Amino acid sequence: MAATDQIRPTSAALLNTRAPRRPANMGQILRWIILFLGGIMMIMPIVYMLSTSLKWPHEVYNVNLIPKEPTLENYTYVLEDGRFFGWFINSIVIATVTTLCNIFFDSLVGYTLCKFRFPGRYIIFIAILSTLMIPTEMLVIPWYLMSQQFGWLDTYWGIMFPGLMTAFGTFLMKQFFETVPNDFIEAARIDGLNEFQIWWTVAMPLVRPALAALAIFVFLGNWTAFIWPLIVTNSVEMYTLPVGLSSFGDEADVAWELIMTGAAISTLPTLVVFLVFQRFIIRGVVMAGLKG
Amino acid sequence: MANLALRSLVQTYGKVTVLHGIDLEIEDGEFVVLVGPSGCGKSTTLRLIAGLEEATSGFIEIGGRVVNNLEPKERDIAMVFQNYAIYPHMTVRKNIGFGLRSSPLSRPEKDKRIEDVAALLDMTDLLGRKPSQLSGGQRQRVAIGRAMVRDPAVFLFDEPLSNLDAQLRTQMRLEIKKLHQRVGTTIVFVTHDQVEAMTMADRIVIMKDGFIQQVGTPSEVYHRPANTFVATFIGAPAMNMVTGAVADGGVRLDTGQQVPIGAELDDGRRVILGVRPDDLHLDSGAPVLSGSVTVREPLGPETLIYVHVEGAGEITAKADGRLPPDVGQVVHLGARPEDMHLFDAESGEAL
Repeated sequence: MAATDQIRPTSAALLNTRAPRRPANMGQILRWIILFLGGIMMIMPIVYMLSTSLKWPHEVYNVNLIPKEPTLENYTYVLEDGRFFGWFINSIVIATVTTLCNIFFDSLVGYTLCKFRFPGRYIIFIAILSTLMIPTEMLVIPWYLMSQQFGWLDTYWGIMFPGLMTAFGTFLMKQFFETVPNDFIEAARIDGLNEFQIWWTVAMPLVRPALAALAIFVFLGNWTAFIWPLIVTNSVEMYTLPVGLSSFGDEADVAWELIMTGAAISTLPTLVVFLVFQRFIIRGVVMAGLKG
Repeated sequence: MANLALRSLVQTYGKVTVLHGIDLEIEDGEFVVLVGPSGCGKSTTLRLIAGLEEATSGFIEIGGRVVNNLEPKERDIAMVFQNYAIYPHMTVRKNIGFGLRSSPLSRPEKDKRIEDVAALLDMTDLLGRKPSQLSGGQRQRVAIGRAMVRDPAVFLFDEPLSNLDAQLRTQMRLEIKKLHQRVGTTIVFVTHDQVEAMTMADRIVIMKDGFIQQVGTPSEVYHRPANTFVATFIGAPAMNMVTGAVADGGVRLDTGQQVPIGAELDDGRRVILGVRPDDLHLDSGAPVLSGSVTVREPLGPETLIYVHVEGAGEITAKADGRLPPDVGQVVHLGARPEDMHLFDAESGEAL
């Protein structure tokens, strides 16, 4: 009893004790200021886009962020315009099919390069990686000539084919497959699965975070792609969202309020995708050793 | 069930030869343990049997047929890996049933087999769980269950107990041994732990640098080691080794002590005298070695003592747990002639 009495005040004292807070130093304050300014710089274009989408045409060139006479007229116009819906569908189809193809091909090639030993494996990997150093602007001419040759101009296939498999995706998946223990693969081999079944049944479920990250990267990349879809499409019906939005207005007058409205609407799917899968993106970036 | 034979098995990686012509016959239903230090080739041998690697030369026979050119799945073997290799995204039921995916059995037959194996391993209640919800021992049982469900001719175990704590390891050792007694399938078990080898095996294969050093029952390799490597590798603490030369019908140790031996050898021949710590007794019979105690390790019923012997280095012996000698005390250690082992000093082979 005496012992319990002795312990009580000690425990109470411990519970009431708070670790002293370290005062923020100048370095920390500077970091916060830089981060705050960085945040403002990132968010300003989005705020400006939303603001412009709520303005009347005569107010578009005013710098004020809060519209004097806010209106949803632009949203009504864009959503009632049949072309916008068509471009939206085109973008959805192209981004989805490209994403699925990337998940399939990039992971298949990444797995093969990671888990099989064959002559020339390293050279193939380097060759794939080296394509990352070639800018898209340089590739559009051969892509265009190919599309023309095969009759792919102004078709879904023409828009999609350059991005159905990417060097970045292959690299990302190879890095992730390195984390799958070989014992899993060998155990499945002994259990009688063929190599394709092992890849699909054993390895793929183990790299789900990487697949999610890859899916987001590819989807966002294709959703916002502009140059190549602009070059390869001729008819308004085949436009993707970014290309279609840029066509609002004519040579004399660009309808910025409509472009910003369309951009605001087209941002929504990507925003939802990012919020749902953001932890996978971060993990994917860390695994691939990439910096923003 | 099937017998297994390795004939002149050689494995090389580039210029490095890791197996130098392994010859081994394993009887149907036998529990054989391959034991040796890291890099001795025991895991390579197991992987060659499993078909996970292709042998450079030599033959592997399972059930009388050469299986060198067969895929792992065609060899009728099952393997339990060191890291269990149970799939984290599947339940215990799916993990155990994984090996039956390509089996021609009907769905109810497969379910029955999974449940029979789960019951045998006392895992019926765990069938719906994922591996992350299991303890180390339970995961190990799932790995064994996945191997058992296919009812293979040969079980291969690659250091399956290495990742378990000491208590669980002892428990699983017992369970695997009981399992073997129940199912009677041929087992090839790889470990670097000589205690595991001694306690589980019908026969032990001791390997070093890609060569088999000795094949025998636990008793044979312990009591009649073929060479100094086996003598020091098997048994803990390791056998004491003291060099000397044959003289006057006995061995004159480098410590100056004359020890009588049973064997007749040429005078002057350099030899190594080996005595296990269990066979060295304090102040009993004619002393073989004398020195002062440097360290004591109480083990309960007995105490391990380390004795510094001039000319022989540190010698290990066992003393009574209740009345061990003090550190610094000079002790005289004796051994019976039949408990002494003689090895050729040059080749290390038993004489």
